[in-house]
Amino acid sequence: MNGQLLKVENLTKHYPLGTGFLNKTVPVVRAVEDVSFSVEAGETLCIVGESGCGKSTVARLLMRLVEPTGGRVLIDGTDIAGLKTHELRASRRRMQMVFQDPYSSLNPRLTAGQIITEPVENFERLSRKQRQALAADLLRKVGMRPGMMHRFPSEFSGGQRQRLGIARALALQPSLIIADEAVSALDVSVQAQILNLLLDLQQEMGLAFVFISHDLGVVEHIGHRVAVMYLGRIVELAPCEALFANPVHPYTEALIAAAPVPDPTRVRLEVPVEGEVPSPVNPPSGCAFHPRCPLAVDRCRIEVPPLVPMADGRVVACHVRAPAADTSGRPVAAASSSLTVG
Amino acid sequence: MQMQKLAGNDVLLDVRDLETHFYGEESVTRALGGISFQVRSGETLGVVGESGCGKSVTALSILRLLPKLTARTVGGEIRFHGRDLLKLSPREMRQIRGNRIAMIFQEPMTSLNPVYTVGHQIAEAVQIHTKASRSDAMAKAREMLRLVRIADPERRVNNYPHEMSGGMRQRAMIAMALACSPELLIADEPTTALDVTIQAQILRLIVDLKEHTGTAVMFITHDLGVVAETCQRVIVMYAGRIAEQASVTDLFARPAHPYTQGLMRSVPDRRHGRQRRLPEIPGIVPSLREPIVGCSFAPRCPFAIGICREKTPTLRDIGPGHAAACFRAEEVMGG
Amino acid sequence: MSLLSASAEAAPKGRLQLSGLPRLARRHPLVFIGGGLLALLIILALAAPLYASDPLNLYPFKRLQPLSAEMWLGSDNLGRDVFARTAFGARISLLVGLTSAASTVLTGLLVGIIAGYNRRFDSIAMRIMDGLMSIPTILLALALVSLTGAGIGILIVAITITHTPGTARLVRSVVLGVRERPYVEAALCGGARLPKVLWRHILPSTIPALMIQSANLCASAIMTEAGLSFLGVGVPPEIPSWGNMISSSRLYLPIAPWSVFAPGICLAVTVLAVNLLGDGLRDLFDPRATRRR
Repeated sequence: MNGQLLKVENLTKHYPLGTGFLNKTVPVVRAVEDVSFSVEAGETLCIVGESGCGKSTVARLLMRLVEPTGGRVLIDGTDIAGLKTHELRASRRRMQMVFQDPYSSLNPRLTAGQIITEPVENFERLSRKQRQALAADLLRKVGMRPGMMHRFPSEFSGGQRQRLGIARALALQPSLIIADEAVSALDVSVQAQILNLLLDLQQEMGLAFVFISHDLGVVEHIGHRVAVMYLGRIVELAPCEALFANPVHPYTEALIAAAPVPDPTRVRLEVPVEGEVPSPVNPPSGCAFHPRCPLAVDRCRIEVPPLVPMADGRVVACHVRAPAADTSGRPVAAASSSLTVG
Repeated sequence: MQMQKLAGNDVLLDVRDLETHFYGEESVTRALGGISFQVRSGETLGVVGESGCGKSVTALSILRLLPKLTARTVGGEIRFHGRDLLKLSPREMRQIRGNRIAMIFQEPMTSLNPVYTVGHQIAEAVQIHTKASRSDAMAKAREMLRLVRIADPERRVNNYPHEMSGGMRQRAMIAMALACSPELLIADEPTTALDVTIQAQILRLIVDLKEHTGTAVMFITHDLGVVAETCQRVIVMYAGRIAEQASVTDLFARPAHPYTQGLMRSVPDRRHGRQRRLPEIPGIVPSLREPIVGCSFAPRCPFAIGICREKTPTLRDIGPGHAAACFRAEEVMGG
Repeated sequence: MSLLSASAEAAPKGRLQLSGLPRLARRHPLVFIGGGLLALLIILALAAPLYASDPLNLYPFKRLQPLSAEMWLGSDNLGRDVFARTAFGARISLLVGLTSAASTVLTGLLVGIIAGYNRRFDSIAMRIMDGLMSIPTILLALALVSLTGAGIGILIVAITITHTPGTARLVRSVVLGVRERPYVEAALCGGARLPKVLWRHILPSTIPALMIQSANLCASAIMTEAGLSFLGVGVPPEIPSWGNMISSSRLYLPIAPWSVFAPGICLAVTVLAVNLLGDGLRDLFDPRATRRR
């Protein structure tokens, strides 16, 4: 498929608990398990899920801030998992990250200008003049006055700091930005400003986003495609509108139903899903959602459901709602191609 | 005040012109600039606003839990059953706190003691305010855990807070808060730290318990969705003042303050289309260190006219049970 | 509480726009007083030959003389000028104090930063540090002196070896806390090389702790030198240092208290100056503290 920017194949990350010095079998946290997706140029892929579902680990794996246990991350066809440190540095130019916390993600000892131009100075020497011009340019791009470049992070509001975080990510002119809960810490009115900024930047510069969030309202607003994660696995990946209009996986359904809607006339009938997310150290057998799932059948307790492509281009991992082709006889496209349908 | 005439039920808490200041090294922050509202028995009152608007300070002022060295309530009255809480001795206040007015916080871990079991802490709360025996109090603790729908309360009663998940800890906090059957429960962002599916469960629990026990709830949150799902009446706060006060249906159907309107519009909503620019509220929240001339929202307000920058609007009735602090509220509401 | 964070955030207008000593004195009086005092002591030590007589001169007929116009601070048991010896003694004491503090901080910083970033090095280095930590400075100095003879160099080496572990552990704990900070990860994402990340984003965070540490080290080194000289294994007895002055005069304290008090008071003032400077610098380098002003 043309314009495929990022391709993630069977990405897995297990964190060992403790060192395992004496006992041979160390319990592991299965943070990310067999995750595959791709992102095309200019599109926004959202990853949603609740805490502990592995969505932030995916972001860190993409940036290779942590080493994957298995799988591949291909940027323009280059697998970054195999890169040496200096080769990895070059790949950073293609992909940048915006962090969740606008307070701790900016070094309090550096000025705004120093912070946002640093990525460029990692690759080339800038004269004082060039640096100032670059800082002014970046600040303007994120809707701030160039005069602010000499201020320290503590002098900015939360929203302005997040703009600085975005400016820093834009400095290397990447084609993909990973935004890990980038608007979650902000107030609603500020959140709207930042979402608008991201949308504008996408239009102007053709940026692609991997937008990680727990907020379904935001995801629905900004996403082209959405991947829903539960306990380290993708359970459903679908075009945004289709996913919200017609969720297939019972967990997606529960998640959408659980989000509070600012409409007092809507009457909530039932609590969408009981129970809590199980521990990723000892996940349930079979489908990890089965203990909370109203539709669970015996098979769900034994067998991990594969991601099955559906007719409308989505993939779903559910034995009940999306039985694999051989049992249902439903016609399906090849899994690999429909994964990337935008 | 405005609300009293249409309220059939009695006023439980009557806050009048509450003013709280924070004292910094060189400046005074006017966190609350004189707010008045009432909580009626058995109702759920939502208090919404963005960070720094004074919603948490309101709760802490009512319970007199402000940090002693840096903050002081400098004016107003807080009448609970007609008695001014600000005039009570610390000892009298302690008897009201936890017993007749209880509070739950955003992060239950900080308000649960990590070295005691959950059951022990609930029982202790019961024993402080009633003359219950140790075993009766423990029985009450078990009953409360069952009431907040914690599975297997017989076992959970002996759990330490760290052995519970976030959702379960918040349930335990609610159990502890409700153990003495308070007349008013102040919930400060109780579901903000929780996942959506757990949030839905806790919200449902609070709504059900309120119906079951008749406790009035003051629900502080930044999330309009949460307000819509749990509250009967809502106060919208901005920069230490009440911007608007209305029944929840009125507020969402006909917001009368430009700030309320802006807030509602800036929430992504599928009914208004995806991928489009959201209407933003331009500018930033004013600093409460300098005295504000005129309406504090005027610099960000699309409706602002000359008078807005000169005079401070007071909360005035614009419909039955609906009040807004805006000179142009009728026009705002109209379109 | 949301309100407090919001007001703290809106606060800062005052940056270090004005510079110069008056501003430093107003904003950071501790740095000003401590630094000034220390600078004065260093200048007095360096300029000793200009205003004091030869500290090695013996006047056997003028032993244990009280304060006089001729010998401002009296004389000691060998008839040496206490004022001259105190002035020249400052050179040794300050040299030992400042050099051992500097060398300890440098080695501790090096070990600590690498240990904070490299797990394998960490596990080995920290065991060695634990071992070194258990050696008392005085014993090590005694052992080294018995091998090579007394001298300032040996003193500094002994102090450095035994004080490095504490400094290294301190730096390591700061690095471990900072390396997981989002802004450090952001720097890595921006393509920064590890040395640059260490230099620009991690090293500055260790400075406040190191400032306090180095002040403590300096004071403690001066005291250790005094202690070792007191035991007779510091600098040779004829070379004046505050330590061996106190040591050799202690017997005469009842009859010639000035011979002990003069170096003693200087020692106390130096330690005080260094501690004040350390406290002040900690505040200066803490961005949270400066923001409040």
